[in-house]
Amino acid sequence: MHAEAALGRIGLWFIIMLAAIASAVAAADAGFAAHATIIAIVAFAMIWMSASRFDPMGKAQGFFKMPDGPSRYDDDVIRWGVIATMFWGLAGLLAGVFIAAQLAFPQLNFEPYLNFGRVRPLHTSAVIFAFGGNALLATSFYVVQRTCRTQLAFPGLARFVFWGYQLFIVLAATGYLLGITQSKEYAEPEWYVDLWLTIVWVAYFIVFVGTLAKRKEPHIYVANWFYLAFIVTIAMLHIVNNLAMPVSLLGAKSYSAFAGVQDALTQWWYGHNAVGFFLTAGFLAMMYYFVPKQAERPVYSYRLSIIHFWSLIFLYIWAGPHHLHYTALPDWAQTLGMVFSVMLWMPSWGGMINGLMTLNGAWDKVRTDPIIRMMVMALAFYGMSTFEGPMLSIKSVNSLSHYTDWTIGHVHSGALGWNGMITFACVYFLVPRLWKRGRMYSLRMINWHFWLATLGIVFYASSMWVSGIMQGLMWREYGPDGYLVWSFADSVAAMFPMYVMRMAGGLMYLSGAIIMSYNIWMTLAGKQREEAPLRDAAYDPQADRPIVQPRPEAVPAE
Amino acid sequence: MANKRIDEPTGTETVGHEWDGIEELNTPLPRWWLWTFYLTIIFSIGYVIAYPAWPMIDRATVGMLNWSSRGELAKDMSAADQARATVREQLARIPIERLPEESGLMQQAVAGGAAAFRVNCVQCHGSGAAGSQELGYPNLNDDDWLWGGDLKAIEYTLVHGIRQAGDDETRMSVMPPFEGAFDTAQLDALVDHVLSLSGKAETNATGARIYADNCAACHGPAGGGDRAQGAPTLNDAIWLRGSSREAIKRQILQPRMGMMPKWEGRLDPVTIKMLAAYVHSLGGGEDFVEVAENPEAEVDEQP
Repeated sequence: MHAEAALGRIGLWFIIMLAAIASAVAAADAGFAAHATIIAIVAFAMIWMSASRFDPMGKAQGFFKMPDGPSRYDDDVIRWGVIATMFWGLAGLLAGVFIAAQLAFPQLNFEPYLNFGRVRPLHTSAVIFAFGGNALLATSFYVVQRTCRTQLAFPGLARFVFWGYQLFIVLAATGYLLGITQSKEYAEPEWYVDLWLTIVWVAYFIVFVGTLAKRKEPHIYVANWFYLAFIVTIAMLHIVNNLAMPVSLLGAKSYSAFAGVQDALTQWWYGHNAVGFFLTAGFLAMMYYFVPKQAERPVYSYRLSIIHFWSLIFLYIWAGPHHLHYTALPDWAQTLGMVFSVMLWMPSWGGMINGLMTLNGAWDKVRTDPIIRMMVMALAFYGMSTFEGPMLSIKSVNSLSHYTDWTIGHVHSGALGWNGMITFACVYFLVPRLWKRGRMYSLRMINWHFWLATLGIVFYASSMWVSGIMQGLMWREYGPDGYLVWSFADSVAAMFPMYVMRMAGGLMYLSGAIIMSYNIWMTLAGKQREEAPLRDAAYDPQADRPIVQPRPEAVPAE
Repeated sequence: MANKRIDEPTGTETVGHEWDGIEELNTPLPRWWLWTFYLTIIFSIGYVIAYPAWPMIDRATVGMLNWSSRGELAKDMSAADQARATVREQLARIPIERLPEESGLMQQAVAGGAAAFRVNCVQCHGSGAAGSQELGYPNLNDDDWLWGGDLKAIEYTLVHGIRQAGDDETRMSVMPPFEGAFDTAQLDALVDHVLSLSGKAETNATGARIYADNCAACHGPAGGGDRAQGAPTLNDAIWLRGSSREAIKRQILQPRMGMMPKWEGRLDPVTIKMLAAYVHSLGGGEDFVEVAENPEAEVDEQP
């Protein structure tokens, strides 16, 4: 890099650092000051990196290096994304086990930074947005390049998306522990962190659509429809739900633009579609690429993929009010939420059918290929929780299940079973290909991971079903004299054994992820465990390249 | 495209596209899938006709069944109220002193009181009504009563509370702090004497003198307490704030005094009556005795 350009960059970062330090000094509250300090530290690191890049001997050289030429995919961001996925995954699962232990043993609430109220959003955001989000970033950049047979558009922007997103995660996570929250579930970060995520997300959209635009394939593959639906809808949900007025431009606190039941409805429109478009559409996109690749079979039905894609994204966006059954929300809006949830059942199952039936002609691989086994289990849990969801949205069922642990069990059979398992399978697929290793260090360990995770989910989900239905029944039980039989505290005491079992299930799931991390670590170290071989999908590095010639004209499918 | 081919294992034709080695089969939609989807749509159409659904200009459609969540709640509540109406009427009419004579009614009152206790009282007194010595919430199962344990006294405490600001008739007592009044030896002697009242230590002349000068007026010469002033009994085994020497010293030097909110105005008189019956039934309830100092409880004579 030229000296002038380097100096210019250093100057820019220096100004950002000074502004951050000034904000920290002038901040209205301690939390905002802490966050400004984090920004200053990041800016300082960037000064140091810019300077060392100027140094011809600098080790950070090549850190932002673009791919060598047009005949290679741009995989740097994806490698970082896979590592970030595993790092945040372990952190999020550990936080989950910790808060599960707090529920069983309240003495574990260490005030104020590690009480349940602060660690719980840390857990949910770490697993959904840090673990799931990095998995989506990494796989979307991988899949869009492969299925468009071209490099990422705007490689510098793609790197900004990755690091900007990590900064968002750090600000969100530290904010929760410092007590900074706008008290909206799954949207806890305050206004300035929301603004930052909006900038990052627009950059993500530009990179993704730019890559689609320069594709070398005549048609856009189904996985990319799902990724695009996820990116566009999450942007819309994020912006609307976080509309707020800060109390001070130098303070963390803000007030929402909505109040009362309108606020509740906006929040659950956001919350439910975070599930629908982040955890369903985005992860279906992963499924649509990695399942056919690992099974080495064609996708079951092109027609089903079209119908279930459009019906899913049309119906999902209306289902949010089912989170507010029997509340101040008007009856007609509750009806709307319920019927759209019921109609959502089959569109959701379309994805499961297309995934599972892709194995037609290759079902033997469930026996021989541990990655396929994980994918099949993920799809099975996807199907189970997308049946359970519409069922729980029916008002008479909801009157029993609402506010109970049944909801927690439902969420985790989806999150651990579907999102977790499909992410693990995709990472196992990606690691040897991204780091040019022949295979994972151990395929047998993938099998151990599979069983630990499956057993963990069974413990988790079944204990929460029992505890949730028990809570619901205890809360509504009347004695012969027409008075309630149980107090709330009675139902809390009755849940203790279920809470311990849930914690044990979470611990098993976490152990599986630790085995996975070890497996990846050894793979990156270039080792291969000596073991009886298992089946794995073939990989031809020569074919894994972009097409350099211009794209052929699109011809109508029929 | 020209790349359509028949997939061998399934015998289905592909669509003809290929992305990074992935092809798609042209399998038709599964019939059961399509028909189940149609069924859920038909169900939904029926549901929005039957129930409130379509938002209009000033209100939503009511639905053929004329159902509403508020209406359902009102119906359930009135059914429950009607089922209890007779009992509540009888309870409202009967003076609480005569409640024990009607054993059926007493039973109903205890059941209702138990339900109300779980909602309103367990937060302090605990779900088993055992209280908390650490926090100074009285145990309601034993037969030690600060202010009296017959039905009428319990009801009075419920109605007016203890140390409730803004209620002139609330139960009120203050133990003065003795911080700085005694030196260490005198304090130790006093604690010995207090413990000796229940046989836990040997008494001594200094302690007995200090007790007689400062404590006996309220707690009684032998530590028997005084319900008229809410002064705790000191000569039994029950200690509201602990029986260790440290706990007793702290209570002498910097006494902590609890507060119970008044329930009049927050709960209706019948529910308060039922709560009194429940607390009375826990084991320590005393038979009604005429206590001159005990002020008249308000009994709702309205049916």
